[in-house]
Amino acid sequence: MNAEIERQPEEEIKPPVASVGVIGWIRANLFSSWFNSILTLITLYVLWKTVPPFFRWAVIDSNWFSTAEVCRGSEGACWSIIPANIRFILFGFFPYESQWRPLVAMILLVALLFYSRDRKHWKKSLAYAWVIGLVVMGLLMKGGILGLASVETTQWGGLPLTLMLSVFGLTAAYPLGVILALGRQSKMPAVKTLCIIYIEMIRGVPLITLLFMSSVVFPLFLPEGMTVNVILRAQAAIIMFTAAYIAEVVRGGLQGMSKGQYEAAESMGLNYYQTMRLVILPQALKIVIPPTVSQLISALKDTSLVVIIALYDLLKTTQSVLSDPAWMAFSSEAYIFVALIYFLCCYFMSSYSRRLEKELDTGL
Amino acid sequence: MPEKNDHTNSEPTGDAIIEIMDMHKWFGEFHVLQDVNLTVQKKERIVICGPSGSGKSTLIRCINRLEEHQRGRIIVDGIELTNDIKNIEKIRAEVGMVFQHFNLFPHLTIVENLTLGPIWVRKIPKKEAEETAMYYLEKVHIAEQAKKYPGQLSGGQQQRVAIARSLCMAPKVMLFDEPTSALDPEMIKEVLDVMIELAQEGMTMIVVTHEMGFAKSVAHRVLFMDYGQIVEGNTPQEFFENPQHERTKLFLSQIL
Ligand SMILES: Nc1ncnc2c1ncn2[C@@H]1O[C@H](COP(=O)(O)OP(=O)(O)OP(=O)(O)O)[C@@H](O)[C@H]1O
Ligand SMILES: [Mg+2]
Repeated sequence: MNAEIERQPEEEIKPPVASVGVIGWIRANLFSSWFNSILTLITLYVLWKTVPPFFRWAVIDSNWFSTAEVCRGSEGACWSIIPANIRFILFGFFPYESQWRPLVAMILLVALLFYSRDRKHWKKSLAYAWVIGLVVMGLLMKGGILGLASVETTQWGGLPLTLMLSVFGLTAAYPLGVILALGRQSKMPAVKTLCIIYIEMIRGVPLITLLFMSSVVFPLFLPEGMTVNVILRAQAAIIMFTAAYIAEVVRGGLQGMSKGQYEAAESMGLNYYQTMRLVILPQALKIVIPPTVSQLISALKDTSLVVIIALYDLLKTTQSVLSDPAWMAFSSEAYIFVALIYFLCCYFMSSYSRRLEKELDTGL
Repeated sequence: MPEKNDHTNSEPTGDAIIEIMDMHKWFGEFHVLQDVNLTVQKKERIVICGPSGSGKSTLIRCINRLEEHQRGRIIVDGIELTNDIKNIEKIRAEVGMVFQHFNLFPHLTIVENLTLGPIWVRKIPKKEAEETAMYYLEKVHIAEQAKKYPGQLSGGQQQRVAIARSLCMAPKVMLFDEPTSALDPEMIKEVLDVMIELAQEGMTMIVVTHEMGFAKSVAHRVLFMDYGQIVEGNTPQEFFENPQHERTKLFLSQIL
């Protein structure tokens, strides 16, 4: 066809260089107008006033492996609180001599997550790996088999608990949210109404209330003598809560789809399920990756609310350490450490979402 | 029948493939299609024209149930269109549709666009579906773009891919809803050429278009629609040289 006439440029023309050298960059970006110059100077002053003292406190004068007494006599940060209490912070009341088990479970979980990052690895074998991995993790945590001492779930805590609540909470909430979003768009009035009621009710209630209800109200409805594990209940509350928010995000993506896409899919005979799975959802979910990840990140941070139903998650174990009179004075250090762990998790999520967006970008 | 390109096997056979009888459709209170009667024979090529808003798109969208009619009957390939979703899906698989705005799936490559229907609706093995896809891509002169995404193609190329996508389902009828009106002038020809080739091979086609040159050289019948009715239908020669109704004359005087 004549549309694709090859055109050969006479000679290569390079794109213009945006800025010349460091001086050029500084002038263009920091001192381009008197207003920008003032802002730059103020910023420099604030940095000068804050960064060096913080650096002195956190690095130069800091103590890393000392006792609490040594710390109290020092000006600097007392990072020693972390190594001295690391096992309680990470594992809570899990029996001391068995703490390698949650450690291995955690490493297994993180390894699986990392391996699953690459979309090339999304095959059937990966699903099997997850199933096996989950069973192994469960056995490691619970024990009572293969000579492992049995550990009550009430003794679970710390980082494994936080990771577990987050990873399972998010992976279960996401598909549930998608289903709710589809239900809300359904042409069947009963389904639609149910989904709307569910979403609006959950969104009208704070997570804390849901957690309380799951731990206080829900057991009242159970038949005599039957109990549901408190971690499971918290997990369910987190899933229900997050799913409602995901549903609204996904609905936004579905509404952004043009009618033409539905019509093209339907006009070739694809049924509803195929149209959604093959044509609509891949596009709609891609559009909403950024807000979805925001939701997931905030859900991850919200897992720290489980303290109110007496679960010892990462934040709570840290606080418990601080109730020890010896270490009471060093809350900043402890909280900075926990913040770093949360930050790492959230940062990986958002960087992964950026990568997914780039991979899925098809130019339209 | 007017004499056509020398192909003898591309002439209507006499058996109806689409029958529309006393069909009415409303959008709310608005009576968009009024008492439409139309029989299309196998291998027949029909061009529908008419002013904007006259119901041309709505009519052909009723044929594959993208729109629902409220009165009368539509029978496609022996199956009556009712609320039976299974029948509707069966008919849609047999009726290809090409849209004004192409409606390719932007998240899939060109080949994947073409194999989606065959694999999931016709249950054809992937390998075979890909071979068919390449065959039709070659037919629309675009095989070298197979691995690209729709967003990387020009409008004319996208529309040719859309045509190939419909052909991969081996449809018995092809519906075209203004396939060239979203295209720049220099791309219109490449799409029309593909449609003419298709016509020569004996595809049953219903084409909504304002390309009167195409109508003259390809159509067996040209229908004129206005206010939701088929005002008149005739061979292209009669239609253009000897229109019967005032409204047709007025319309032709405006567009020719
Ligand atoms: N979904 C809808 N709801 C309500 N009215 C509609 C809908 N779709 C189309 N209409 C109306 O029905 C009439 C016929 O529309 P249709 O798209 O069939 O016209 P057309 O002949 O294809 O026009 P054009 O040449 O502009 O494409 C128009 O007046 C339009 O406003
Ligand atoms: Mg139209």
